[in-house]
Amino acid sequence: MHNSSRRGFMGKAFGAVAGVGAVGSLVAMKKTWDPLPSVKAAGFTTLDMSIYKENQLVTEKWRGKPIFVLKKTAAMVASQTDEQKERDIVVDGSHFMLAIGLCTHLGCIPAYKGEAEGFLCACHGGKFDWAGVVTQVPPPRGFDIPPFKIDGNKVILGEVGPEYKQMKETGITL
Amino acid sequence: MAHFTKATSVKDWLNQRLAVEKIEKVMASEYWIPKNINFLWAMGMVLVITFALLVVSGIFLLMYYVPTVDEAFYSVNYTIMREVDFGWLWRHIHGVAASVVFLVIYIHMFTGIYYGSYKKGRELIWVSGMLLFVAFSAEAFSGYMLPWGQMSYWAGMVITNLFAGGSLHADGLVEWIRGDYVPAQAFLGRFFMLHVFLLPLAIMALIGLHFAALRIPHVNNQDGEEIDFDAESKKYLDGDKAGSKVMRFANDFMSKDMMVVGIFLIFFFYLVFWNYSFAMDPVNFDPADGLKTPAHIYPEWYFLWSYEILRPFNIDLGLILFGFAQVIFVLLPWLDRSPNAVPANRRGLFAIWFWVMLSNMIILTAMGKLPPEGVFSQIGLVSAVLFVVQWIALPFITAREKKV
Amino acid sequence: MKNKEPIILAVVVFFSLATYYLVEPFAHHVLHKKVIEAKNEGFAYNDLPAITKTGNAASGKDLVVNGGCTGCHSIEVAGMPAPMDAVTAAGAYGVNPPDLSNAGAIYDAKFLADLIKNPAHALKVEHKFDAAKGEMHPMVSYYGMGGDIDQEVADMVAYMQSIAVKPEDVTPAMAYEDACGRCHSVEYEKWTQIGEKPKFKHEKDSLAFDIKVIEYQESLIKYMGKLPPDLSMYIRSRGDDFLSKLIENPQNILEGTAMPRVGVTADAAEKIIEHMKDAGDTKRHEREEIGRNVMIYIIIFAIFAFLWKKQVWRDLH
Repeated sequence: MHNSSRRGFMGKAFGAVAGVGAVGSLVAMKKTWDPLPSVKAAGFTTLDMSIYKENQLVTEKWRGKPIFVLKKTAAMVASQTDEQKERDIVVDGSHFMLAIGLCTHLGCIPAYKGEAEGFLCACHGGKFDWAGVVTQVPPPRGFDIPPFKIDGNKVILGEVGPEYKQMKETGITL
Repeated sequence: MAHFTKATSVKDWLNQRLAVEKIEKVMASEYWIPKNINFLWAMGMVLVITFALLVVSGIFLLMYYVPTVDEAFYSVNYTIMREVDFGWLWRHIHGVAASVVFLVIYIHMFTGIYYGSYKKGRELIWVSGMLLFVAFSAEAFSGYMLPWGQMSYWAGMVITNLFAGGSLHADGLVEWIRGDYVPAQAFLGRFFMLHVFLLPLAIMALIGLHFAALRIPHVNNQDGEEIDFDAESKKYLDGDKAGSKVMRFANDFMSKDMMVVGIFLIFFFYLVFWNYSFAMDPVNFDPADGLKTPAHIYPEWYFLWSYEILRPFNIDLGLILFGFAQVIFVLLPWLDRSPNAVPANRRGLFAIWFWVMLSNMIILTAMGKLPPEGVFSQIGLVSAVLFVVQWIALPFITAREKKV
Repeated sequence: MKNKEPIILAVVVFFSLATYYLVEPFAHHVLHKKVIEAKNEGFAYNDLPAITKTGNAASGKDLVVNGGCTGCHSIEVAGMPAPMDAVTAAGAYGVNPPDLSNAGAIYDAKFLADLIKNPAHALKVEHKFDAAKGEMHPMVSYYGMGGDIDQEVADMVAYMQSIAVKPEDVTPAMAYEDACGRCHSVEYEKWTQIGEKPKFKHEKDSLAFDIKVIEYQESLIKYMGKLPPDLSMYIRSRGDDFLSKLIENPQNILEGTAMPRVGVTADAAEKIIEHMKDAGDTKRHEREEIGRNVMIYIIIFAIFAFLWKKQVWRDLH
């Protein structure tokens, strides 16, 4: 009787040890499925916002997508409507249009034609103004804004800052 | 220690070591099948043949397919379709069989529901069958990623996004599944592994379980008649083949299986050579492009009904109902409270339940493909609600059923 | 016991076909209504005025040379080379102007006549090139040499038709390369926008060629808004109905697209599509043939299976 309960105990103990090994290997398997460090590093792009010139569009790249950066001129800032102001990103006193550079219709990359004309999508004629607001359909909404965090005079794309969170909550971007 | 004698023949040699004669009896010549069945009972064999076609064609595709995001589309559409001799044939067989296998699975499944073949000791056949359905679904989805066309990419994007759990915003889980922020190399590599190794392995194991679960309760028959297999098989072995209610699996039932397989293959190869685009979506002949969303994104036809259950509701409720639809079929043996294991047409309300369920799932399938606009989205909503209501009503309907 | 199999088969077939009809032909019709219902004039170009004058090829030749055409276009068969190479030309005009040797055989005469007089109109790109707003098409309109402009244009068209190969001698590849190939590559046929990529001995030369292609494409992107797609698999991704309607009038299918109407004849359009089939559905003839043989075999297979079943079951009843 004593012996058999001891055997039962050792069986369970062995099972527990084997279980620890199994869980340990599951951790290794889970980690192997994690995004690679190179992938993660490519997921965050830091932009130095002090280098941009006014009214000159620069296309950056983030997670395989084009990112439009346009520093607004004083005249642009002064003339902003409410709709344009909502999308405004202020870094270190300068105002920017920062958005994913894809037409929200079918994902073509629109071209910047200057202050008066704004962005023109050559594929289906969609238009956006310099603040990223749609001015001519077919696009269903203005440019999407990537998750960003303002850090001094830098912007980190991929991290969620309070300004982005607010834009997302108010439905300015998807 | 076992005692071995000098073998008198190859068969005897094998018999002593492998008991082949016994296996042959258990698996074939004394595996008793009721005579009172129809061609729907051959769907299992049709599925085995279709699965074999998938495995064989898959082996030849695997030799030239390159699982990298830069090469995958080219290796499929140029190397396999243009260069490899008969590469196009393997690809068409693989693509069409992957679609047709689901048609046969659905026929097989609804046959089981109609004849009550998940009751009275056959619960495990049903459960293992539903696990096979899940494994085949995962296999189909992972395979759909491999050509790395527009539909591969965007279906991968949309389906993996479901794991964010709506308002839970579990983006970390989605990124973990993909191994990246968007479907990319890590994603393609792991789905390739799943498609060619882990899932086929699981499917083969489940097929084994499915067959094993069938051996003791035996297959059902089309009148729900309880057969005394011992008595009837004795009658057969004593020479009264015509008077016995049962027959051997091989060659008796096998010959009928093969006749149905023959007719099925006429239909199958017609699709392979002349009507394949239902299984090979044109949109997937555009290479994957993360910067360009196709105008319409829809899954393959066999996923449409559950996709439509997801679609008419807000994301959270949609996901809950989607999850409900995925697991509810597994529970059928316990949701059906009726004592009767007879065809649906003798079960009163359940007969109505069955035909409404079948028709409604076809309507859901159709609405899942159509754009969610106007009357289509309203029909979709009504159908999705009806689907859920039917399942909730099932225990109540069947509990009131009288014994026949 | 009654044999229920025929009625069961009918039920299975009915529900299978109903599902097929709803997710394939019906859904297809709803999703692609615009393309399916697009009206097709069979490349008649009814919107363009008919040529009323009889052209004179000899005077057409003088007009083509003196009227400025050869300032941009080459006419290789007549010994007139291109004034600049493809990459430079694309830099200047957005796209390399075509060689006119076989234009008379590939393009519709009415279309050529209208094109000479008003390129943006014939090409249906007036939404992009509005002369009133100063947006000029890179091809300059022909305003005449002083005589009857319609006669002059008819002469020029007659000249182009006189130097071209016979329409029936135009090969699918020729039609494609002339009408589509300066914007659309076909990777699977080794075709780039500046021609077929030759085999190079040295990697350096191969890379130099690739750089030329990239430079050409950069001009093209500026001109068209984005790089026109590679058409290797378009026969499978779009199908011939879509392609034929798109070639006839791009605006009917893709409203607002930057793609011009190229004005090919019905015959040339068929050849273009044939070329795309060669690229993206190369084994179609083999598929038909193997398909027939497999069907014959599988029917024999089914017959033997049926006879075997009959024999085995004879004892069971």
